[in-house]
Amino acid sequence: MKVVVDMDKCQNHGQCVFAAPDVFRLDDGAQLVHVSHPDDALRDDVEEAADVCPMQAILIEGSEP
Amino acid sequence: MTARVVVAGASLGGLRAAERLRAAGWTGAITVVGDEPHMPYNRPPLSKEVLAGSAPFESLAFTPRASAADVRWRLGTRITAARLNERVLTLDGGEELAFDGLVVATGLRARRLRCAGPSGPGSGRHTLRTLADARALRSRLTRPGTRLVVVGAGFIGCEVAATAVGLGVARVTVVDTEPLPMLRPLGELLARALLHRHERRGVRFALGAGVAGFRGDTRITGVALSDGRVLDADVVVEAVGARPNTEWLEGNGLDLTDGVLTDGHLRAGGLAHVVAVGDVARFPNARYDSVPRRVEHWSIPGDAAKCAASTLLAGLAGHPPPPAPFTPLPTFWSDQHDFRLQSFGTPELGTGDIRVLHGDPAGDVVVGHHSGGHLVGVVSLGNPAASAAAARHRARLLSQPSLLPQGAAP
Ligand SMILES: Cc1cc2nc3c(=O)[nH]c(=O)nc-3n(C[C@H](O)[C@H](O)[C@H](O)COP(=O)(O)OP(=O)(O)OC[C@H]3O[C@@H](n4cnc5c(N)ncnc54)[C@H](O)[C@@H]3O)c2cc1C
Repeated sequence: MKVVVDMDKCQNHGQCVFAAPDVFRLDDGAQLVHVSHPDDALRDDVEEAADVCPMQAILIEGSEP
Repeated sequence: MTARVVVAGASLGGLRAAERLRAAGWTGAITVVGDEPHMPYNRPPLSKEVLAGSAPFESLAFTPRASAADVRWRLGTRITAARLNERVLTLDGGEELAFDGLVVATGLRARRLRCAGPSGPGSGRHTLRTLADARALRSRLTRPGTRLVVVGAGFIGCEVAATAVGLGVARVTVVDTEPLPMLRPLGELLARALLHRHERRGVRFALGAGVAGFRGDTRITGVALSDGRVLDADVVVEAVGARPNTEWLEGNGLDLTDGVLTDGHLRAGGLAHVVAVGDVARFPNARYDSVPRRVEHWSIPGDAAKCAASTLLAGLAGHPPPPAPFTPLPTFWSDQHDFRLQSFGTPELGTGDIRVLHGDPAGDVVVGHHSGGHLVGVVSLGNPAASAAAARHRARLLSQPSLLPQGAAP
C-alpha cells in the first residue's frame, strides 16, 4: 500500500494522526509527516485517516486486499 | 427482490453511511437519494478556499471508498414524503421507493431572515450552504467597490467576513445581536480575542443590534439595524443558522422539534429500521449527559455513520443494537484570515469556568472549558502549533467522567 498526501491541500489539521498514529504525525513545527509505504495490516487505520481528513488530501494507492 | 437500504441525503453523512453499511457487511442493495445535482462534496471549503477562489469547484468531490462502488445514486431527486411503517418513500416526481432500512441524512438548509425589503435572486441577498450558493456569492464579491454586510457572527459569518477581506471587498461589516462574535461556543475570553483579530485585519462589527429591515427596491442598498443605524450594502450574507430538512418525515410520529430525535444508538422514534446521522440527528451523548443535541460539526457524520450502520443492520436482523452507544468526541475547526480556531469536546457546556492552558489570549492560546471541575472542551486560537497543543489534551477529554449525576441512568 502506498500513501500519498497532497501537500498543496494538506493544512496540518492532524485528524489523520488520531486515526493512524503509526503512519502520520505532526513534527515539532506542527507540519504533517507520514510513512509512504506502511504495512498492509494498517490499511483500516489509513482508510480511516483518509476519511477524516477535512481537506481530503490523503490518497491510498495499491489494490484492496 | 433483494433487501434494500435507502439513504436519504447525498452529502457527507449519506456517503459515509453507504460506505459503513458495506463495511458492516450489508450485501443488499443501497440507494442514496439526494436533491442536489452533484455527487457528495466537501462543504467547509465553500466559505474559505472556494469563496477565495483558491480551490476549484471540481476539487470538492469526495472519493467514495471502493466498497461503495455498487451504490445506486439518485441525484437531483427530492424525497417529499415517507410512510415509515409501510417502508415507502415518495419522490418528487410522484414515484414511490420501497425500503427495508432507512438512513436519514438530509442535513440542514440555511435559515433566512424574515424582513421587509428586496429578496430573491438578483436582490443581493445570499446564504451559504451549497456549491450553488458559493458560486453565486463569489461572483458578487469579486466586483470592485462592493460593500458587504454579513448578518450573524457565528462561524460561517466570521469565515465569510475573513475571506471577503482577503478578496479586497471594499467594506465588510458583521452584524449580530450578541455583544461578541461566536460568543456561545467560545466563551467571552476567546470571543473577545477573536473580535480584536478580525478588527485588526479590517473587518468592522455592528454588535448588540439586530436587523430591522433591508433597504432598496429590487436590489439591496442598505441594512437597517434595530438601534437605528443604517449600513450601506450591495451584498448581504445571511449567516443566521440553519434549519433541519425534516418536513418529508412529518406524519410518522417522530419528534422533529429540532432535527430527528434519536436514542443513544441513533435509532429514530424507537424504530428498528430507521436511523439518522449528521447535522440532522439530535442524539444524546452519554460522554456528557442525557440531553439530546444536534452537532453541526464535520466530524460527526463520519463518526455517526459507523454507529448507525451497525445499529441498522442489527435492527434489520431482529437483534438489539450493539451495546456501546454513540459517544463521539466532537471536534471542530474554523479557518479565518491567517489563524485557526480548533475545538475538541463540547466547550459550550463549560463556559462558566474557562482557564488558559497554554499561551495567552493576545497571541496563540489554548483554553480549557470546565463543568463541575471536569474538562469538557479545549479550544485553541492561533497558528497550527496552537491547534497541535490543543490536540494534546484530547486524551484527557476522552477519559473524563460523564457529567451525569452519580448513579443516574445514561
Ligand atoms: C459553508 C460551510 C462551512 C463549513 N465549515 C465547517 C468547518 O470549518 N468545520 C466544521 O467542523 N464544519 C464545517 N461545516 C459543517 C459541515 O459541512 C457539516 O457538518 C456537514 O456538511 C454535515 O453533513 P450532513 O451530510 O449531515 O448534511 P448536509 O451536508 O447538509 O447534507 C444533506 C444533504 O441532503 C440533501 N437533502 C435535504 N433534504 C432532502 C430531501 N428531502 N430529499 C433529498 N435530499 C435532501 C441536501 O440537499 C444535502 O445535499 C461547514 C458547513 C458549511 C455549510
